[in-house]
Amino acid sequence: MENRPLEYDYTVTKMFMLTTIILGIVGMLIGVVLAFQMAYPELNLVLGEGLAEYTNFSRLRPLHTDAVIFGFTLSGIFSTWYYVGQRVLKVSMAESGFLMFIGKLHFWLYLVGVAAVVVSLFLGITTSKEYAEFEWPIDIAIVVVWVLFGISIFGLIGIRREKSLYISIWYYIATFLGIAMLYLFNNMEIPTILGESAAGESGIGAWYHSVSMYAGTNDAMVQWWYGHNAVAFGFTVPIVAMIYYFLPKESGQAIYSYKLSLLSFWGLMFVYLWAGGHHLLYSTVPDWVQTMGSIFSVILILPSWGSAINMLLTMKGEWQQVAASPLIKFMILASTFYMFSTLEGPIQAIKSVNAIAHFTDWIVGHVHDGTLGWVGFMIMAALFHMAPRVFKREIYSKSLMATQFWIQTLGIVLYFTSMWIAGITQGMMWRAHDEFGNLAYSFIDTVTILHPYYTIRGVGGLLYLVGFLMFSYNIYKTMSARPVEESELQSASPMGA
Amino acid sequence: MDIAELQAYGYFALTVILVVFLYTYIYHLYTKRKDADGHDYEDYGNIALKDDIGDAPVSPMSDDKEK
Repeated sequence: MENRPLEYDYTVTKMFMLTTIILGIVGMLIGVVLAFQMAYPELNLVLGEGLAEYTNFSRLRPLHTDAVIFGFTLSGIFSTWYYVGQRVLKVSMAESGFLMFIGKLHFWLYLVGVAAVVVSLFLGITTSKEYAEFEWPIDIAIVVVWVLFGISIFGLIGIRREKSLYISIWYYIATFLGIAMLYLFNNMEIPTILGESAAGESGIGAWYHSVSMYAGTNDAMVQWWYGHNAVAFGFTVPIVAMIYYFLPKESGQAIYSYKLSLLSFWGLMFVYLWAGGHHLLYSTVPDWVQTMGSIFSVILILPSWGSAINMLLTMKGEWQQVAASPLIKFMILASTFYMFSTLEGPIQAIKSVNAIAHFTDWIVGHVHDGTLGWVGFMIMAALFHMAPRVFKREIYSKSLMATQFWIQTLGIVLYFTSMWIAGITQGMMWRAHDEFGNLAYSFIDTVTILHPYYTIRGVGGLLYLVGFLMFSYNIYKTMSARPVEESELQSASPMGA
Repeated sequence: MDIAELQAYGYFALTVILVVFLYTYIYHLYTKRKDADGHDYEDYGNIALKDDIGDAPVSPMSDDKEK
């Protein structure tokens, strides 16, 4: 056998890059369709009455959320893990046949899970729990996929050469443990076929149907403990892991303060888990749960901004790089949007503000400036950074990348500003009343007024999707661009014109 | 004292303990500056920058074996 020097093995990274892009396109496309259905309801019937079952808003909505959360974002997390993990632990996947096998199995089982989710949700098979719609057979498959991810993480750590775990590794471990705990507890369910009704019937429903083990208020509390912490351990923690690696690496600057990164990590872990109660303000859960959710949400500003400021200060004295490199622009705007949405969230969690914001489009706007601005931008930046290194070719086009940046930024701004106006308008109209306490408006009055803002939101989403297609094309063309030497890859990524 | 009251006191005590732990950790980081192995915490920022497979680890695993 030829005696070749040891190299990092990016096979699994590349596999997950592919699903990041494909599921990103699918999830965002469905999102844009949904946005226009809100503005133009006749689009629910876009493929005719016969297929309306498959094209209506309610059937497509979980497909959008699950495709972007469990498809795009999760693939991005896995893809970056198999890249960052090897590099900061200084150990190659090629050194362990076992870990290589686990990595590939992880990908293929994940793909089976994705297929099962897409088919079942299109067929309308759902547990009806938000962001946890999968029925029990799929839940079990997802647990297996997650265990494989865990074996990969701890397996690589077990054979590492770098003794100290870089801060990103801490965040990846927290992602693994956090989601494992949340997913298991929220999805405790009993197949209906095993149950017996009060009337003595047994074997009820299809074999794959289940009911939650929780009911009423308990179900709501567990659900939002899960829902909010899915944001924590799916949309925050792993994305922080990415930026702590990719921003220093791309800019050639070490993290501004490693100590600050450590203490914001523990601060975030400590505070985030208690904040979920803010989703249930003014509902039938104990008052202390609501107050606790509110208070912890406000405290959450501290560790969030601790990380975000650390990222921005990493560019201290190097701000010319932000102007020069579209890749760094993506990351700096991502951390800026992180600061923005981690301030907006706590404001919405204050009880008096929530009295206006709850159930309105302002919440939808908040979610999207976090996901589009922070999660989406950071994952795309990570793929842009990894592409030249895994394909050993320069990024196909720098100008395409810069154009994409501005188109998508405009898209996000249109999205959240329209939802701000729509949400606050809605909130004010719903609570307006005359001197006798009669409501001033009926629901349809708000719908009529909001129509222009829904259209603007649709356009904003469409711009973001167009940008994502440009990103996909750029990555695709990178695979056949000019090959680069190892020395070009030290920090800033090589880019074609 | 019923169970709910006990839980409330327990919850409050746990919160206070965790806050004390967190601030003690922050105090420790900024006064000691170095970890148990004698590495300055800020050196670990270089783990991301010097991450080629041929680069020397910032704190090699083999340190342990030599000692």
